[in-house]
Amino acid sequence: MTPEDHAFMAGVCAERAGLAIDPAKAYLIESRLGPVARREGFGSIAELVEVVRSRPDERLTTACVEAMAPSETRFFRDRAVFEHLWREVVPDLARRRPDGVVRIWSAGCAAGQEIYSLAMLQAESPAPGKVELFASDLSERLLDRARLGVYTSFEVQRGLAARQLVRHFENRDEHFQVAKRVRQDVRWRRVNLLDDLAPMGAFDVVLCRYVLGGLTPAARASVSAKLAGVVAADGVLVLGEDETVAADGFAALADVGGVFRRKGGARAAA
Amino acid sequence: MTRDKRTRDGEAFVKTCLVVDDSRVVRKVARRLLEDRDFAVAEAADGMEGLAWCRAMMPDLVLLEASMPLMSGLEFLRRLRLEPGGRAPKVIFCSTEANLDRIREALDAGAAEYIIKPFDGDIVADKLALAGVA
Repeated sequence: MTPEDHAFMAGVCAERAGLAIDPAKAYLIESRLGPVARREGFGSIAELVEVVRSRPDERLTTACVEAMAPSETRFFRDRAVFEHLWREVVPDLARRRPDGVVRIWSAGCAAGQEIYSLAMLQAESPAPGKVELFASDLSERLLDRARLGVYTSFEVQRGLAARQLVRHFENRDEHFQVAKRVRQDVRWRRVNLLDDLAPMGAFDVVLCRYVLGGLTPAARASVSAKLAGVVAADGVLVLGEDETVAADGFAALADVGGVFRRKGGARAAA
Repeated sequence: MTRDKRTRDGEAFVKTCLVVDDSRVVRKVARRLLEDRDFAVAEAADGMEGLAWCRAMMPDLVLLEASMPLMSGLEFLRRLRLEPGGRAPKVIFCSTEANLDRIREALDAGAAEYIIKPFDGDIVADKLALAGVA
């Protein structure tokens, strides 16, 4: 790949998904696009990029952009956040809702570790009322992985207690699969956070953790506003520990980083 | 394992760990990862040697291979708990055995956590935190 190829692909990723890819990070771009080139039968990444550049191929372009999206996550990442959500936030919201239903959305879920963390907590100590779990990602391939719920021994040991491993997983050859009773509690959907999110409806808790930091400044502002727009009145937006919400009307919780509660009133416009 | 040893930052070690594993390579890797986290580390190549260490100085943590010649990890844990002060150390099993039934067996026997080999520094850090010995 030439520097021009790197810059072209970075531009495509920014335009399609708001991803902030540094064209100078050639190794990152090539390591992500290499598997796409092989899968699609190209002799090299440069050939793949040339096709994306020269003719409109929506499927191929989408595959490239999805491959560039960050996929790093882990079970119970920042465990204190999950414990706070489950002990304080979710029971409080359930009591406030007339129907007792708390809707939780993990936006940019990657391989699904965070939403499964919540599904495990729900199985261990069910919240009052009813909890509905949704998860989305830009990448259909990551969503397929998440739906399947199969993880390596490295993945299940990062953040996950051994007690939770034996309780919620099954051996699957050399890997571990989330038990069906846990998997079936989550609904999955492909969502580009740059799209209109209003059709998703309102959510009581939106997790979008360590996603905004990987976006261009313009996309970060846009996605932050769109996410804020789907957080219910008195609902909670959960970002990465060091991330902050750009929209008005949210107050940070003092005891855990990256958790913001909407300050009363109606939902903000997306 | 000496309590007056200093960490690389010159601080005194505050926690002690005994690594019981018949693989010298694993003991060496575990020692490095634990010393990076300010543990004073002792090594034992089998369960009998491990128990002798514990009688001399009961550690805060035992990192224990499940499958060893002479004495299994489960047997070591059972005998450790019978020693004076032997209920105090947190025990983290560390093994290539990834069968969930075997892992459950170790937890039911009193292991605080379980590490599946191979492992890395992130996993050790997470497991120490989950076991309450970070």
